[in-house]
Amino acid sequence: MSSGQRAAGSWLECAIQVRDVHKVYRRYGRRKQFATLKSAILSGSVLRDLHPDAVFEALKGVSFDVAKGKTFGIVGRNGSGKSTMLKLIAGIGKPTSGAVRVDGRVSALIELGAGFHPEISGRENVYINGLMLGLSRREIARRFDEIVRFAELEEFIDAPVKTYSSGMYMRLGFAVAINVDPDVLLVDEVLAVGDQSFTHKCLDKFAEFRRRGRTVLLVTHSLDLVTRFCDEALWLDAGVAKAQGDPKRVIDAYLMDVARAENQTLAQAEGPPLRDAGSVRDAGADLQVGGPGDMFKAAEGRWGSREAEITAVEMIGASGQPAHLFQSGERVDIRLHVRANQRVSDFAFGVGIFNAEGVCCYGTNTLIDGGVANELAGEGLVVFTIDGLNLVEGTYKLDVAVHRQDGVPYDYHRLLHTFRVKSRLKDVGIFRPPHRWSFSGGVRISGL
Amino acid sequence: MLASLRQLFKYRALISSLVARELKARYRASVLGVVWSFVNPLLLLLIYTFVFTVVMPAAHPPELQPFSLFLFAGILPWTWFSSSLMDSANVLIAGGNLIKKVMFPAEVLPIVSVLAGLVHFCFGLPILMAFLIYYRVPVWPTDLLWFPLVVLIQLVLTTGLALLVSALTVHFRDVRDLLANLLTLWFFATPIIYPITQAPERVRRILNLNPFTHLAVAYQDVLFRPGPFTQGTRLLVVGIASTLVFLAGYFVFDRLRDTFAEEV
Repeated sequence: MSSGQRAAGSWLECAIQVRDVHKVYRRYGRRKQFATLKSAILSGSVLRDLHPDAVFEALKGVSFDVAKGKTFGIVGRNGSGKSTMLKLIAGIGKPTSGAVRVDGRVSALIELGAGFHPEISGRENVYINGLMLGLSRREIARRFDEIVRFAELEEFIDAPVKTYSSGMYMRLGFAVAINVDPDVLLVDEVLAVGDQSFTHKCLDKFAEFRRRGRTVLLVTHSLDLVTRFCDEALWLDAGVAKAQGDPKRVIDAYLMDVARAENQTLAQAEGPPLRDAGSVRDAGADLQVGGPGDMFKAAEGRWGSREAEITAVEMIGASGQPAHLFQSGERVDIRLHVRANQRVSDFAFGVGIFNAEGVCCYGTNTLIDGGVANELAGEGLVVFTIDGLNLVEGTYKLDVAVHRQDGVPYDYHRLLHTFRVKSRLKDVGIFRPPHRWSFSGGVRISGL
Repeated sequence: MLASLRQLFKYRALISSLVARELKARYRASVLGVVWSFVNPLLLLLIYTFVFTVVMPAAHPPELQPFSLFLFAGILPWTWFSSSLMDSANVLIAGGNLIKKVMFPAEVLPIVSVLAGLVHFCFGLPILMAFLIYYRVPVWPTDLLWFPLVVLIQLVLTTGLALLVSALTVHFRDVRDLLANLLTLWFFATPIIYPITQAPERVRRILNLNPFTHLAVAYQDVLFRPGPFTQGTRLLVVGIASTLVFLAGYFVFDRLRDTFAEEV
């Protein structure tokens, strides 16, 4: 924390320097949990028990610099070490090895209103909280009115804090922390809570901070916030810095990695359905006689008389490779590899898309679309092309089938294939019709 | 450790505010409010006086009069000592949110417990004064100069133990229960409800190892025994011992400090 350590020249321009920081958390064995002080003393194991049985390395040699006056974002999955990093910078806890240096006064928005005492008034809590954050009594007195105004608590400041709503509580905590007027402000996901107008106020305050040349370090899952506000970003993954630099590039790298991981999970979850689902085969063709209407009652599985079979199903997106993850609006080919065990002439191919709640988003078959079946013999490939996969973000399942024109299935794959649609937009519903906005007269909206 | 102590000095405004908050919050929403700080020791004293003068008057030497004053001289500082230690045992765990979320010297919390206890102790002094006047006990004028010194030594001793107890409790929650029983034993191993002269020689040697024995005897000398203060050497030794306890307690606390955020 000392600003006296101005060893390197670059240090003068750096608000935060993190050098090869490791943080090891101790995990104590079960033995320790049941041990008592008495037994520890009796067995002479007091010192041994204070040593961990196992360790968990939350940070594995992270280094970065944050230049003065910059806004710096840290992104990463849950458990990647983001918050640990923030705590080390805030001085709550020390790195196991390596060095963290911060130049100037630090204020951490880690938990708003931590340390408020419910029984005493907001006014007294502001004083105590301010003292905890390193202000002097006189400084607090000078800023008191501004704190109260920012928190919008003029009428309630003398009421005990336990009577506050959670929003009031948070606003007061934020107002104190931000009015510490730190040189370096650390923010951990606090914007996720609070209503719209409060969030806007916070963002305005950050902007003001930047204008005044203060340094802000932001840990968040809101990638949007990072791209909008940060000058630089760091992506932490399992305690290792994966990428650092321009926020847009770091976030794209992060997003691609998330997508790859999700794709993998989906592929694993789906398992090898085509080989093992044969056990349901004898469930009988009559199960399906009712046609598509009965599909909702059926569980996932595979059945049919197997005069014709679907041997493999692939979904191919813009990449040209089989995938399970697509962007909303992407062109997708559903490819059915088919084989006729005997020559058939009464047949149709069908495809159905279901969302996670089991609602049929769309279903059709070659018959509905006006196709006239001529002949199916030997092996072949059926491709169902969706020019724009206009679904909102979510997980979807696929039904594919080859069946007789009256609905009796040869081979029916019920909900065996899973895919996921990602979207940058947070629109709701199921289907996204291609759309656009236009405005005239006194309406001005940009960015659409 | 020295740096920690220096940093602690910077937080004195916080410490005083927290002590004030502790006292305010404690009596909020009680009808008598701060009056409880006076009533509590008074009631405690009445109970002991009742037991030792009405129920079993033979349990103490008859020349020890007024016995209730003798009791008060020991019980009042003991209450400060024991309640501070019991509070300290909880204070880091109860303040876990602060330790985990705010950059904040954790030793502030046990120190606040001890100082809040000191304030309650001071609230008891007017009652003590009333007793002195009521019984027309002549207090030797120079004794009044010794009194703050005895209080200071007790403060140092209590703070040292409070730091030790609070730090250990984070790792071994059983310290709390252990402490409650230990304090009961400690109370009876201190000449508070009996004069030290009443203890057999062999036992007295053991009692003399207890630092609080000397504090209790010093309080009794100042407030109860007529004549000038005679416990100077005793006080010097216990003063040195208390300083060592404080340094040891602070050392342990400082060593364990970095583990608090992970353990509470």
